[in-house]
Amino acid sequence: MQTHPKKRIDVIVEAPLMRRIIDRLDQADVSGYSVMPIVAGRGHDGLWTADGQISNATQMVAVVCITDASRVDDILNSIFGVISNQIGFVTISDVAVVRPERF
Amino acid sequence: MLDLAFQNLLSPMVLFFVLGLLAAFGRSDLSIPEAIAKLLILYLLLSIGFRGGAEVAHHGLTGQLVTTIAAGILLSFAIPFIAYALLRATTGLNATDAASVAGHYGSISAVTFVAVTGVLAHLSIPYDGYLVAVAAAMETPAILAALLIARRMTASGDRIANGDFLREVAFNGSIVLLIGAFAIGAITGERGMAMLKPFIVDAFPGFLCLFLLDMGLVAGRGLKQGWRYLSIAVAGFAVVMPLIAAASAAATATLIGLSVGSTAVLMTLAASASYIVVPAAMRLALPAANPAIALTLSLGITFPFNLLVGIPLYIALATRIAQ
Repeated sequence: MQTHPKKRIDVIVEAPLMRRIIDRLDQADVSGYSVMPIVAGRGHDGLWTADGQISNATQMVAVVCITDASRVDDILNSIFGVISNQIGFVTISDVAVVRPERF
Repeated sequence: MLDLAFQNLLSPMVLFFVLGLLAAFGRSDLSIPEAIAKLLILYLLLSIGFRGGAEVAHHGLTGQLVTTIAAGILLSFAIPFIAYALLRATTGLNATDAASVAGHYGSISAVTFVAVTGVLAHLSIPYDGYLVAVAAAMETPAILAALLIARRMTASGDRIANGDFLREVAFNGSIVLLIGAFAIGAITGERGMAMLKPFIVDAFPGFLCLFLLDMGLVAGRGLKQGWRYLSIAVAGFAVVMPLIAAASAAATATLIGLSVGSTAVLMTLAASASYIVVPAAMRLALPAANPAIALTLSLGITFPFNLLVGIPLYIALATRIAQ
């Protein structure tokens, strides 16, 4: 099956920032994204788990979108203002898709 | 006083909270599913909101309502400045963390509000129903005060503090439900209360026990995880600050002439610290602040302190000083 190269942007960010990230992705006119809760992890401050957290202030989410390489800089510039000082990270990776017209 | 403290400590609500704490410290796998815990807090907010509104419908609105709301807003706005000064003078916290913690202590804990109303009901001490509206009004001024402090002391705190941010804070779910249920209770009055009494009054103590069991688990686990961020001075702040805030509220309540029950509620509101609304707001407005410090203090120390010691103490003091 023929596949097509695209870029995948993963934004792991604090849950209170989620709506702002999504707003920026909508403004950047991305064709789609997914949001997933993070269950647990380990960072600069040691082990962390979402279990038993009463406030969403200490929850993390992953926002994932797949886009064309030509659009990556625009999208990153758009969301960087929201996440630059927050806990979390952003990664860009190469992926292959089978229906390129959707991204 | 001792009798009151004893009654409080041996109430099923407090004992279920202690059970949760012990289970957390003992690393038990006991847990309340997250969705059920959220349903419980929705139920508790709906119940106290509706009952407050129904009582206002019964007794009518008085000028005291406006005065008490204004006093609550003033307390919520002023307490962060006291908390910030205390933290900077007695602990090694930096200005940003101190501003964030101060914001938590100016705002209120709805669950502590529920707890004090439960104890007052148990002791047959009446309080004014409109204090539900006062509780809602005291949620957000502290956030603005914390941002003012941070802006002045750290040249930050205004990055996301725009209209969108303020709308999010003002219309957060707990405030909407509390005020909404209050309005519905006020509109439907005694007829509404007669319809919902088995749900929102008779079942209330049982649901409160279940919720406080969960809060014991959450507080115990939060304290275990966050203890490493706290020095003795910072941990001590979480016990001293509620007493200072309660004393300020007692003076305010005396000034405006609140009843014994209402004075106890206002003292408890001022002494409580937020661990749901403010932490999320602070992550947006003061991202450089360490969220674990404020949450561990408010949820792990101040909430249990208020539940076990503070509430009976505030009721006893209110009994002596109020009309």
